[in-house]
Amino acid sequence: MTYPSNIRIVKVPCTGRVAIIHLMKAIEKGADGVFVAGCMEGDCHFQAGNLRAKKRVTYVRELLQSIGMEPDRVAMYNLSSGEGPRFAEISREMTDKIRQLGPNPVRAQGARKAEAA
Amino acid sequence: MIMAKPKPTEEIIREIKDFDNILVAGCNGCVAVCEAGGLKEVEILASALRMYFANQQKKIEIGEVSLTRQCDKEYLAELKDRIGAYDAVVSIACGAGVQFMAEMYSKMRVFPGVDTCFIGATEEKGVWTERCQACGTCILASTGGICPVARCSKRILNGPCGGSSNGKCEIDKEVPCGWQLIYERLKELGELKRFEEPTPAKDWSTSRDGGPRRLIKEVSQI
Repeated sequence: MTYPSNIRIVKVPCTGRVAIIHLMKAIEKGADGVFVAGCMEGDCHFQAGNLRAKKRVTYVRELLQSIGMEPDRVAMYNLSSGEGPRFAEISREMTDKIRQLGPNPVRAQGARKAEAA
Repeated sequence: MIMAKPKPTEEIIREIKDFDNILVAGCNGCVAVCEAGGLKEVEILASALRMYFANQQKKIEIGEVSLTRQCDKEYLAELKDRIGAYDAVVSIACGAGVQFMAEMYSKMRVFPGVDTCFIGATEEKGVWTERCQACGTCILASTGGICPVARCSKRILNGPCGGSSNGKCEIDKEVPCGWQLIYERLKELGELKRFEEPTPAKDWSTSRDGGPRRLIKEVSQI
């Protein structure tokens, strides 16, 4: 179960903790892409955190589109905490997708060095 | 509270694209509650604008601030030492806040970042509805606490009209008939007698019909 080494994991108690600004800052500061890995829908320990995260991810994707950036740089996935191999698979899938999109154009234009991924 | 919704980012970008130093100014009052113009929204809009201009290879400085209120000069005055560093402001306060900002800093270009919508209340998280049209002469005492001016699509004072069907308004099946609501509330209160006498014509001079309004409370004046 290996996943790409260029992924940096930011731990949160629940994806419901992930705010819009966290995703925006990650991209603004140079991350090529961000995915939110939430629990399966209906299985949130805190009831609806993953559903909230899903809406925020959708919002950020729309916002990125409105400023001419690829919305696919931000994505939401749902998997259970016991699915290590699935996590690795998603990480590879996301990395491949981002690689196709190329480097974050904001970073390419000299924005601050990436602090999040 | 006063409700607002964010303007499309493209529209804001169109207005500010020729400036080099922009201040995104929020308001921690009403627009923060309806999640359109508070500190969180300042951060999100500023981040989006930075990314857009970086992508366009344009160097631009974007400052962030959120004032307690933009409709009070005392709070706007907090900007007086730093606003000179900018050449334009995107205010995401309500229309009153944007105008007060423009009035106080008259040499500054001030652009609205939200569309101000109505005076309303929070139905549930993320859902707000209109409740008051600030007509200047409140009639809620005779309508069971439900305002026909704000909640009847026709603003009629003796309803319901023929467009009321199964408790809904003819303009939209999702919109409750204001007068049906009033009827049901008055029935519950045992005050249906109110319907026996028609309500006389309302004095609309206290509403917008009387021109821009001004309110003076002498005891509050210094």
